[in-house]
Amino acid sequence: MPILIDLFFTFAKIGMFTFGGGYAMISLIENTCVENKKWITHDEMMTVTVIAESTPGPIAINCATYVGYKKGEFPGAIAATLGMVLPSFVIIYLISKFLNHFLEITWVANAFKGIKIAVGILIVDAAIKMLKKMKKKPMQVIMVCFAVVSMILINVFALNISSMVLMLASAVIGIVVFSINNNLRMEHMKE
Amino acid sequence: MIYLDLFIGFLEVGLFSFGGAYAVIPLIRDVVMANGWLDDEMLTYMIAISESTPGPIMVNMATYVGSEKGGLLGAAIATTAVVLPAFFIILIIMVIMNRFLQNQYVKAALSGLKPCIIGIILVTGALMILKNCGLLFDGKTDILTIGLTCGIAFIYFGSRIIMKKAINPIMLIWMSAVVGIVAYAL
Repeated sequence: MPILIDLFFTFAKIGMFTFGGGYAMISLIENTCVENKKWITHDEMMTVTVIAESTPGPIAINCATYVGYKKGEFPGAIAATLGMVLPSFVIIYLISKFLNHFLEITWVANAFKGIKIAVGILIVDAAIKMLKKMKKKPMQVIMVCFAVVSMILINVFALNISSMVLMLASAVIGIVVFSINNNLRMEHMKE
Repeated sequence: MIYLDLFIGFLEVGLFSFGGAYAVIPLIRDVVMANGWLDDEMLTYMIAISESTPGPIMVNMATYVGSEKGGLLGAAIATTAVVLPAFFIILIIMVIMNRFLQNQYVKAALSGLKPCIIGIILVTGALMILKNCGLLFDGKTDILTIGLTCGIAFIYFGSRIIMKKAINPIMLIWMSAVVGIVAYAL
């Protein structure tokens, strides 16, 4: 089978079974691309995961693009990424066509009211899990507090500040703190 | 022009979506609310649907909002926009800058960014719960929802402590749907 077609269908299959977010599917990709197809090595898989964590975008897309490029250069990257996106695109597109009518049914609306509760809990839980894994140096702790306080202020006073602004600010603060530390260390070494 | 708005809006989402599935929710909320594409209610429903269907949340959201606002073409444009940054960043890293992530300034920026994202997610989730219970601003206090929230949270976190085995998110969503059908019908 031509590699482009193989890439497309393999990732379409992965895309069809990636429920519940990024990390669940890393094992699926590992299984398919490392063990079955031998497209990439285990070490390369680890590298993609690290890259994916430090760059924007869903891990699924990062992985598909990486493997696709590795096996088929630019066309390969496109084929794999398209394959990855297509199943959820089709499913959600179909749902969007009838969701509004569906929600007019009372028991469906009630079910969604219940689901709303679960979604809030899941989001808070995701944050708690990330907090537990985070290195708790002073800088990290201060940044979390900075974000929490800013977010509360933004909401209480209905300020028109996007969370993107907070993220940019935190990246700049990270660089500034690093540069200051670096300078201090340099001066220390001169003495 | 709606197509251009969709493209720019979801390009922003794709470009700033660090830190996994739940980290994008505050971001999507910002973009979707600022443009008046979805209200809080529909946004929450879509998060649940995205969790219960395959694919990354941000891709699902882009497809849904795009389809609602601009039909099939809108869905295709929004989905392309949300994927584009991840696609090109990986290509760039692979082709020319494979040392990029080892750069100390990139590392420094990420060290500030990651904790900030955690804070943003935490507040977004907490506000979502409080608002849903009518405990925020001018909301009407909803005793039934407060009770259900405590109960579901107790089962979710309790199961992890008592049975040492977590309920997975999809199960929790289905369970809450059943609870909703029964409790809100009475």
